[in-house]
Amino acid sequence: MDPAAAKLIGAGIASTALIGAGLGIGNIFGSYLTGALRNPSAAPGQFPNLLLGFALAEATGLFGLIVALIILFVF
Amino acid sequence: MHQFEIKRYIPLEIAGIDFSFTNSALWMFIAIAVISVLLIYGMRERALVPGRLQSVAELSYEFVANMVRENTGREGMQYFPFIFSIFIFILTLNMLGMVPYSFTVTSHIIVTFALAALVFLFVIFVGFAKNGPGFLKLFVPSGVPAAMLPLITVLEVFSFFIRPISLSVRLFANMMAGHMMLKVFAAFVVGLGVLGGWAPLLFMVAFTGLEVLVAFLQAFVFTVLTCIYLNDALHMHH
Repeated sequence: MDPAAAKLIGAGIASTALIGAGLGIGNIFGSYLTGALRNPSAAPGQFPNLLLGFALAEATGLFGLIVALIILFVF
Repeated sequence: MHQFEIKRYIPLEIAGIDFSFTNSALWMFIAIAVISVLLIYGMRERALVPGRLQSVAELSYEFVANMVRENTGREGMQYFPFIFSIFIFILTLNMLGMVPYSFTVTSHIIVTFALAALVFLFVIFVGFAKNGPGFLKLFVPSGVPAAMLPLITVLEVFSFFIRPISLSVRLFANMMAGHMMLKVFAAFVVGLGVLGGWAPLLFMVAFTGLEVLVAFLQAFVFTVLTCIYLNDALHMHH
C-alpha cells in the first residue's frame, strides 16, 4: 500500500475515537435528564457533576483526534 | 495554521537556551494584566453592595472557594490561593483565545503540560509533607484481596503517573480542536460563497457559543481535578 494512503486511513481510524465520546456525552445527558425528571428538586445540585462528566467524556474523544492529527502532520 | 504560530517579538538567547519574548508570552502578560485589573481595580471600592466589576471578582472567588471546600474539606482551604491562581489564569487565557485575531496560549501542549506538571509535583509535595512515607499507601488500596494486590498496585502507579499527561492533553486538545473546527467552518463559508455560505456561518455562530462554554468548562475541569488530586494527598484513609 502507498504509505501516504496508509497514513490517511490510519488518521481516519484514529478519529473513530469520537464515536465513544459521542456515546459518552449522550449517555451523560440522557442519564441526567432521566434522573432530573424523576427528582427535579435534586437536579440543580448535580449540575456541576453533569458538566464535569461532559468535559471528561469529550476529552477522551479528543485524545483520539490528537492521535489522528499527529499521524497526519508529524509523521 | 497561522493562528497557532509562535512568533518571536524580541529574540533573546542565553547560554544556548531560547528566551525570546514571543506572542505566547505577550498574551500571558495580557492575561495577567486583565486578572490584575479585575481583582485589584474591581475590589478597590470594597463596597457593601458590589458594583459590576466587584461582583465578577467576588463571584469568581466564591465559585473557587466553594469548589475547594466541597472537594477537599477544611484542610484544603490553605491551598486556596494556588488553586484560585490556576483557575483564573487558565480561564483568562481560554477566554482571551476566543477574541478574534488573538492567540490561544493554552492551545500549546507545552504550556498546559507545564501547568499540569506543576499541579502534579505540588500534589506529591503536599502528600509527602502531610503523610510522610505513608503517602505511598495511595498505591495500595485497602480491602483488596491479596491475590489481586500486585496487579492493582501496578495499575494504581500507572494511573497516578499518567495524571499530568491526561490533565494537560485534555485542556490542550479541547482548545486546539475547537479553534481548528472554527477555522474549518470559516473555510466552508468562504468556499461556498455568498449563496451557500450562510449555513456554515450560522453554525459557526452557534459553535462559538459552545466554544465559550468549553473554554470555561475546561478551566473548571482542570481545577476540579486539581482539587480531587489534592484531596487524595490530604485524606489518605479511604
